[in-house]
Amino acid sequence: MKWKNLIKVAFKSIVKNKLRTLLTMLGIIIGVGAVIVMVAIGKGAEQRIQNQISSMGTNLIMVFPGSSQQRGVHMGSDQGVRLTLDDVEWLKKNSTLLEAISPVVRSGVQVIGGSGNWNSSVYGVSEGYLAIRDWKLSSGDFFTANDIRAQSKICVIGQTLVKNLFANEDPVGQQLRLRNVPFRVIGVLKERGQSAFGQDQDDVIIAPYSTVYYRLSGQPHIHQILARAASLNQMEQAQAEITSIMRESHKLAEGEDADFTVRNQTDIASTAQETTRVLTILLASIASISLLVGGIGIMNIMLVSVTERTHEIGIRMAVGARSRDILVQFLIEAIVLSLSGGLIGVMIGFGATYIVHLATDWNTVIALENVLLSFGFAGAVGVFFGYYPARKAAALNPIEALRYE
Amino acid sequence: MNSKEAVIRTEGVTKIYDSGEVQVEALKGINLAINTGEMVAIMGASGSGKSTMLNIFGCLDYPSSGDYFLDGIHVNDLDRDQLADIRNRKIGFVFQGFNLLARTTAFENVELPLLYTRNVPNQDIGLLTSQALERVGLTDRAHHYPNQLSGGQQQRVAIARALVNQPAIILADEPTGNLDTRTSIEIMATFQELNCQGITIILVTHEHDLADYCRRVIEFRDGLIIRDQALSQPHDAAKDLETGQWKTFAGQGVPS
Repeated sequence: MKWKNLIKVAFKSIVKNKLRTLLTMLGIIIGVGAVIVMVAIGKGAEQRIQNQISSMGTNLIMVFPGSSQQRGVHMGSDQGVRLTLDDVEWLKKNSTLLEAISPVVRSGVQVIGGSGNWNSSVYGVSEGYLAIRDWKLSSGDFFTANDIRAQSKICVIGQTLVKNLFANEDPVGQQLRLRNVPFRVIGVLKERGQSAFGQDQDDVIIAPYSTVYYRLSGQPHIHQILARAASLNQMEQAQAEITSIMRESHKLAEGEDADFTVRNQTDIASTAQETTRVLTILLASIASISLLVGGIGIMNIMLVSVTERTHEIGIRMAVGARSRDILVQFLIEAIVLSLSGGLIGVMIGFGATYIVHLATDWNTVIALENVLLSFGFAGAVGVFFGYYPARKAAALNPIEALRYE
Repeated sequence: MNSKEAVIRTEGVTKIYDSGEVQVEALKGINLAINTGEMVAIMGASGSGKSTMLNIFGCLDYPSSGDYFLDGIHVNDLDRDQLADIRNRKIGFVFQGFNLLARTTAFENVELPLLYTRNVPNQDIGLLTSQALERVGLTDRAHHYPNQLSGGQQQRVAIARALVNQPAIILADEPTGNLDTRTSIEIMATFQELNCQGITIILVTHEHDLADYCRRVIEFRDGLIIRDQALSQPHDAAKDLETGQWKTFAGQGVPS
């Protein structure tokens, strides 16, 4: 039989039995819809985390004190050997692949100024810090290398401090007292919101590292070194370079474990992404189970349909249908059922995803490949679960089928 | 009898149904030849083997032994798909219960065999279907569904379906069994008309009155042919309808 006719016959038999068709398709509709919604939610979370991590600054390389592992035993980051300003000088002098390098000296402080006081953290960094982290100022200026040499008592503050201390006035030019040391606010950072790990990224004060190191911190070490690789393609080389310079600076013998850790954005990103990817896969596989159940529903109905239409099959065979014609007819019916169900499921999936987005404000992403995949999977379910009933139909004996009432 | 002209020829055909413990010999060696253009009635009580014979004629079943030739083709050698093709191109079936597809128009029912024929262009399908419906006088009912047609009209749709592929023979299995006497004779008139146009018709019936419209009567009993008789003067169904002749034997139409 010609394909056009086969498809026509299949459609006709599906249309003849509207309620049954709808009930059969329901399993596939729900399955496909669920897969699309679940994957959209998972992908949305993945994308959100990715955006936030990349907003931490591109080409960023971080050096932490302490090795993440020493002879199999995990060490806390602040234990053991420290990072010092000498390390920063060594890196500045010897590195070739780094665009900017900044130490980070962190100190928790009580801030007094403007309309009240606030507990925050002050970060002592170099003039290249904004470029390294890819942060922007909303007003004012950032400090310069001269300010660092002069240990100027100036700072740049985040939006949380602006909100809490300078609700009704322009903070630029105002005074803040950090542990009783007066600082002049010279700039304000753009709002950045929460980090991927739930930290308020606007609750910061940024000041020249020399000022913080000598006047506030009171500790003979720094907490972190940040660097920006000149090119994204040379991240690994840059990391290797930092490692070898640092080993030199710390006078480590060959084969000795490093007493510092070098990490980049992608390491953190891949950890976070791995987590959300697992989540997506989990959601998708739960949803796939309903697709599978839908497939079993199709098989069930097709088997009933073959029995119910035994007489029709007999007539078709008597007028010259080959076994293959009958097989293909029933197979096409199953596929048309599952693909129509898949199509409706895709539409419902889109709608449901939109509703979820509206109701929860979650980020959702509908990727074309996922839509095609679940649609294709629905078709495959049709073929797989339609084949057995179709074979049963094709194997009928025409005489017995004709006699069947 | 010239075997070259025989559209149906059987040589020692037997059929044994083997249900494990019991073996039933439905046909016990049938030698028969039916020529092109004949109109044959096959008679016999149930269990006489006539339905088995019809299944073999119709290429729905293989003989257990012996040879069966249809239009010169040795059917024993064919596989399932080839049998399907033979049924499609060489044989038109008419059944007692009409066997039309429900919820499918007369036109689509008649068109059905053509859909399974390889190499029929789509535009020819429509034309051949219309022609077949015209031959049974149902052009104006083409788009009616079976449940909108009378029994006689349904059977004429079935005859049109049997005709549509220009088969070598039409096999009719008690085609009037579900119809009243007048309609039965109308159907016989249709068969006679088609036979006049040269179509070979084999008709299974157990009513002698209907067999009288055929030119040859073959009677089966216990798997053997017990009578094979040519009727010199078969009844003319069209004339009987005109004269009302059929009423005289309507009362005595007792199955034998």
